[in-house]
Amino acid sequence: MQEELIAIKGVNDGLLISLSTTENWQSVTDQLAARIDEQAEFYAGANITVELGERPVPKYELSSLRALLERRGLKLSLVRSESDTTQKSAESLEVPIENHVDVAAPQQTVRETAPVTSEERGTHGVLFRRTLRSGRTIHNDGHVIVFGDVNPGAKVIAGGDIVVWGKLRGYVHAGANGNESAIVCALEMSPSQLRIADFVVRSPAGKRKKIMPEVALVRDNQIIVEARD
Amino acid sequence: MGGKVVTISSGKGGVGKTTATANLGISLASLGKKVVVIDADIGLRNLDVIMGLENRIVYDLVDIVEGRSKLRQAMIKHKKFDDLFLIPAAQTRDKMAVSPEDMVKLANELREDFDYILIDSPAGIERGFRNALEPADEVLIVTNPEVSAVRDADRIIGLIEAADKGPGRLIINRLKTELVKKGEMLSSDDVFDILGLSIVGIIPEDELVLSASNSGIPVTLNMQSKAGMAFNNVARRVIGEDVPFMNLDESRGIFQRLAKLLNGR
Repeated sequence: MQEELIAIKGVNDGLLISLSTTENWQSVTDQLAARIDEQAEFYAGANITVELGERPVPKYELSSLRALLERRGLKLSLVRSESDTTQKSAESLEVPIENHVDVAAPQQTVRETAPVTSEERGTHGVLFRRTLRSGRTIHNDGHVIVFGDVNPGAKVIAGGDIVVWGKLRGYVHAGANGNESAIVCALEMSPSQLRIADFVVRSPAGKRKKIMPEVALVRDNQIIVEARD
Repeated sequence: MGGKVVTISSGKGGVGKTTATANLGISLASLGKKVVVIDADIGLRNLDVIMGLENRIVYDLVDIVEGRSKLRQAMIKHKKFDDLFLIPAAQTRDKMAVSPEDMVKLANELREDFDYILIDSPAGIERGFRNALEPADEVLIVTNPEVSAVRDADRIIGLIEAADKGPGRLIINRLKTELVKKGEMLSSDDVFDILGLSIVGIIPEDELVLSASNSGIPVTLNMQSKAGMAFNNVARRVIGEDVPFMNLDESRGIFQRLAKLLNGR
């Protein structure tokens, strides 16, 4: 996999985006834009804190970063930086600034922030006891269970797992916060697109010969689908 | 409670809603029911043309709602059936001229004198569709056996369910048996598999529908037409009769049968 120049994690009131302090600014922002676009609906409307570290970011770069976020419906609400240049840029753009680095933050992996933690206590989810038809979007930070079909044109986006007791033919995204251990299972697995964390697969074209319950999960950096008996 | 309000809807345009409404209206009338059909597609009216009543329009739906006309004045009696009436849409206004509440009020008045009130919904999911949906007791969803029409039908069914008017029943229009056999068109089973709604009619593709619509004499009056017969069956199912689905297999000519025999199929 390509080297990660950015890290995105959920914090209490929004998202914390840490950008590489050394890489070329253009590549960093390009990757950021791509990452957000991949999961546009998941990030939409979030408050963004951007961590820039020691990198001196001139005013025009910061302003283009803000525009990049705003075009995607995201609000740049705080900049964290140790650089004087960046702080001045932020001041002149009237973006709130924090003059220190949260030392713990960059080390935390995204996975730890996923809502799924304790098996003993059980984990949270929502249940839909109906078929999700075209145009319907379900969005939940926990698990999503659908007792019914997920039709083409319907979307399910979950921070945790997705269980479909029925035919899965729409778009699903499990582990949408970056949780690669999330799974998707369905009685009939033919999603138009299936995503787990940052991985994407499409159903093969043509009709399936045999229909059986299947589970999709990430193994060796790719999504695999296996039968469950 | 009086008459029943049946809304004919589809989501996608051009699948045959208006044709279905006209034919259903005529079939119900020929079965001895008192029927009024309402064109709710304000600004793009067509039901009057298909029913051959265009030149008799004096008042329209918006005139009734805005009080310029009494209900009875705006209703156009069909040339052939004394118990079939049309309330045409206004051509010059848009869908905002009528509210869902107006439609409920109108439908309730009509319920007293009619057995069936059919509402032809416009395409789309906006105000016009809401207007047509609000007074409905039952919704018939017209779709074609093709992916995009089924997708839009699915969307509409979701909205119908959300409005507590569901689940509705399905009319599959313009089915081409030959194409289904070749695997080039969705079959009625495929459509059912996706939408999960009970089917109230399967209408075969039939050139007579087009010529009938253009001449203003709906195809259901033509006993030679398979589509006409299929629409008649829909009407009988709507009034609660148990009618078997017709065999749409076209290959029944002597040569095809012979070929079938020789090929051992």
